Amino acid sequence: MSENPKVEYRAKDFASDQEVRWCPGCGDYAILKSVQKAMPELGIDKKDIVFVSGIGCSSRFPYYMDTYGFHSIHGRAPAIASGVKMANPNLSVWQITGDGDALAIGGNHFIHALRRNIDINILLFNNRIYGLTKGQFSPTTSLGHKTKTSPQGSIDNPFNPGELALGAGAQFFARIEDINPKGMVDIFIEAEKHKGTSLIEILQNCVIFNDKVFKEWTAKEVKTEAFLRVEHGKPMIFGKERNKGIIQNGFKLEVVEIGKDGITEDDLVVHDAHEEDITLHMMLVNLRMPMVTGVIRSVKRDTFNERLSQQLEEIKATTKFKTVDDLLESGETWEI
Amino acid sequence: MEKTKIKELEKVVVKFVGDSGDGMQLTGTQFAGTSAFLGNDIATFPDYPAEIRAPQGTVAGVSGFQVHIGKSHIHTPGDKSDVLVAMNAAALRANLYSVPSGNTIIIDTDNFKRKDWEKAGYDSDPLESEELKKFNVVKAPITSLTRKALEGIGLDNKSITRSKNMFALGVVYWLFSRPMDYTERFLKGKFGKKEMILEGNMKALKAGYYFAETIEALPSAYTVLPSDMEKGRYKSVMGNEATAWGFLAAAEKSDKNLFLGSYPITPATDILQEVAKHKHFGAKAFQAEDEIAGIAAAIGAAFAGDFAITTTSGPGLALKGEAIGLAVMTELPIVIVDVQRGGPSTGLPTKTEQSDLLQALYGRNGESPVVVVAAKSPSDCFDMAYNASKIAMEHVTPVILLTDGYVANGSQPWKIKKMADLDDIVPYTINSSDNAETWEPYIRDENTLARKWVVPGTEGFEHRIGGLEKDETTGNVSYAPENHEKMVKVREEKVARVANYIPDLKVEGNQEGDLLIVGWGGTFGALLTAGEEVEANGRIGLAHFNYIKPLPKNTAEVFSRFKKIVVCELNNGQFVKYLRAELPQFDYLQYNKIQGLPFSTSELIDRFTEILKED
Repeated sequence: MSENPKVEYRAKDFASDQEVRWCPGCGDYAILKSVQKAMPELGIDKKDIVFVSGIGCSSRFPYYMDTYGFHSIHGRAPAIASGVKMANPNLSVWQITGDGDALAIGGNHFIHALRRNIDINILLFNNRIYGLTKGQFSPTTSLGHKTKTSPQGSIDNPFNPGELALGAGAQFFARIEDINPKGMVDIFIEAEKHKGTSLIEILQNCVIFNDKVFKEWTAKEVKTEAFLRVEHGKPMIFGKERNKGIIQNGFKLEVVEIGKDGITEDDLVVHDAHEEDITLHMMLVNLRMPMVTGVIRSVKRDTFNERLSQQLEEIKATTKFKTVDDLLESGETWEI
Repeated sequence: MEKTKIKELEKVVVKFVGDSGDGMQLTGTQFAGTSAFLGNDIATFPDYPAEIRAPQGTVAGVSGFQVHIGKSHIHTPGDKSDVLVAMNAAALRANLYSVPSGNTIIIDTDNFKRKDWEKAGYDSDPLESEELKKFNVVKAPITSLTRKALEGIGLDNKSITRSKNMFALGVVYWLFSRPMDYTERFLKGKFGKKEMILEGNMKALKAGYYFAETIEALPSAYTVLPSDMEKGRYKSVMGNEATAWGFLAAAEKSDKNLFLGSYPITPATDILQEVAKHKHFGAKAFQAEDEIAGIAAAIGAAFAGDFAITTTSGPGLALKGEAIGLAVMTELPIVIVDVQRGGPSTGLPTKTEQSDLLQALYGRNGESPVVVVAAKSPSDCFDMAYNASKIAMEHVTPVILLTDGYVANGSQPWKIKKMADLDDIVPYTINSSDNAETWEPYIRDENTLARKWVVPGTEGFEHRIGGLEKDETTGNVSYAPENHEKMVKVREEKVARVANYIPDLKVEGNQEGDLLIVGWGGTFGALLTAGEEVEANGRIGLAHFNYIKPLPKNTAEVFSRFKKIVVCELNNGQFVKYLRAELPQFDYLQYNKIQGLPFSTSELIDRFTEILKED
């Protein structure tokens, strides 16, 4: 992709002429705005950007971006996005998906995209419910949660997307809440800069079918204490007063108060997003209170495309087959 | 190589049968390769069990390879064996039916001990049976002779025993006056660095050859003279291999990179394996996590500008159905190969059938038309892969190419094609005269009705596509009732217009007359051979379809020139159902076989003769 687009873009240059049709108050609006804000900062030509989605409310997203876009079929967007990237590695490829699309019907493609480390950015809108089909439980719906298909409460154990992703070999995982536009912009930019599959879980509110599902963290009275925003190289401090922190106690992370029981800032865990060993990252994605946001893992590893192009180049350099004619005439042949 | 008596034969069928693991596929391939090299026309038919190693010595584990070689043109691997090589009792039991009395059976007596024939389900020693007296049986202790021949060369027992297939091949090489140098070259290539194994195989081959020369049990040596095929340079091709080459050729011709998204499935896997070997052409062979990901990645690659294909067999085509619908809706060029096998469900994975036709034509939700074509022989796989690619890229549409296990695994001499002689492929994409201001994603060419294939990275042409119904020009999402009806019809018409760009239906044999044999796909050889045989009884023509949807424009005209039409298929009547819907003005007779086996010419001859007799 070209590092210097010919024109200086503004966020509105990325808005297509299509009317945005999400429910009033839907978290998707904020995400769309943040993506459109992040785009000009990436320095990528519009013609080289592709948004690919599956099916679901979130998956209408590509229609609203004035870039190339492909609204595909349920669950298959990772495979389609992978094909796009393999065909043309110069493209900046963004996959938009929801918790049902990515983790239920598309679970297989989701884990394999992460395993291969194809250089795409996956924005997982997690509202813990099926929105487009009007309110059935999803693979992230909490145990016991009552929905239209779990009127007595869900008896399915939910996935934690971060845990699943790390288990599948994700080298970039970030989490952010949809009420944090600035946080989203920063993370989108970091995700694009990361070479390899970048997964961003966005805690997204569904006003109609699962309103306030994240209220434990996002409600006005708690939100300043409920999120821990990690930054690479920085100690894990959070809270309105910046007086809370995380220490490691054996195999567990523990919340402590700085200044209490002799705890100082030096005792806190310093975040290392680049550590290859996933132990700390796994503990962070599983921490429930506070909910950890920010870039939890960002580890550089060969991407699928790098390996693919390397193989293609190597074999091109050594082959005796320069054209298909050479192939057709190879092997045992005879004259009649 | 002195022989007292060498008889010349017009054609001969040799069948090698043994346990899976006995190396019968290799033995058969070598005999076919050597014969092709000598200028014979050949056709082969591998027949192997679905299990990698079924229990040794049982009928379920029998693996066979049939080779038909001829001086004159041959079109099938043959019905009946002139020579059967049976490496054990189970192999004999499973294949005796194919040997007419009086013909030669070469038997490895080492594997006919009591436990062997009991395992094969015989009540008594078959070598002593009355039934076997009807044949010219050559009893040879192939396994122990191989062991003796390789004694002391330093090979382990297992490798020595494994060389027995070469001994058997040596016997047959002598019997048909074949030289051993083709196989010698092959073995050198395969075992170049493992000298001991190479030596063992060569020794076994020669031991078999000289054994056959020495014993007097063999009636005489035969030869099949070179055929009168068209002059030129040839090589032997298998259907799946030819399919892969056709796509590589199409990619080069269209100046596109080939992208293959696929998932291993019998009997289509070889195409993926063959393309994977040829990444030097820029071909990306992507082994996906499942069938759906295979086609989805191909669709993504097609959207982004590669010439994309996906390969599969029946159950895989079922899984790909939804994604094919997406390709129909988004109007992207992609070729879907279905190497048919017996179904439904897992069915008969290693056996051939033609029963995915209706799935290919209709197996999707909504009105979802695609072009459907079929290959009729191993070498025709090259042409049909190429032609399917041309249609996909020039008409910007998904195309399904049907082959089947029989043509995919069969091999045939192929007159080598030159890239320069192949038709041009000009993908329908934007060019310098296109103005981004006036262009819309779903504007169509007035002749083909194709929309332009515009790929990401093209400045000014940014657009969005997807599976929701499209406005007829802008491509934006549209639920307008009239628009949907219009779009359904235009997508159908776009496929129908492909008929203007495909060859007319040709009739082999009589151009008009008493009986028109109608077939499609891999049954061509059998239908042609049977038609030629029956011709004495009436004026017969064969109309074999490579292009199924749309049908060639002259189809009705061809049908009208014959008194009777018989549609022959390896299914319960799928093509005939389609013909009755498309061309209801004709009466169709049928001949259907649903046994996981190809047609034998004799059964076709019987049926055609019967039809000619009926009023």
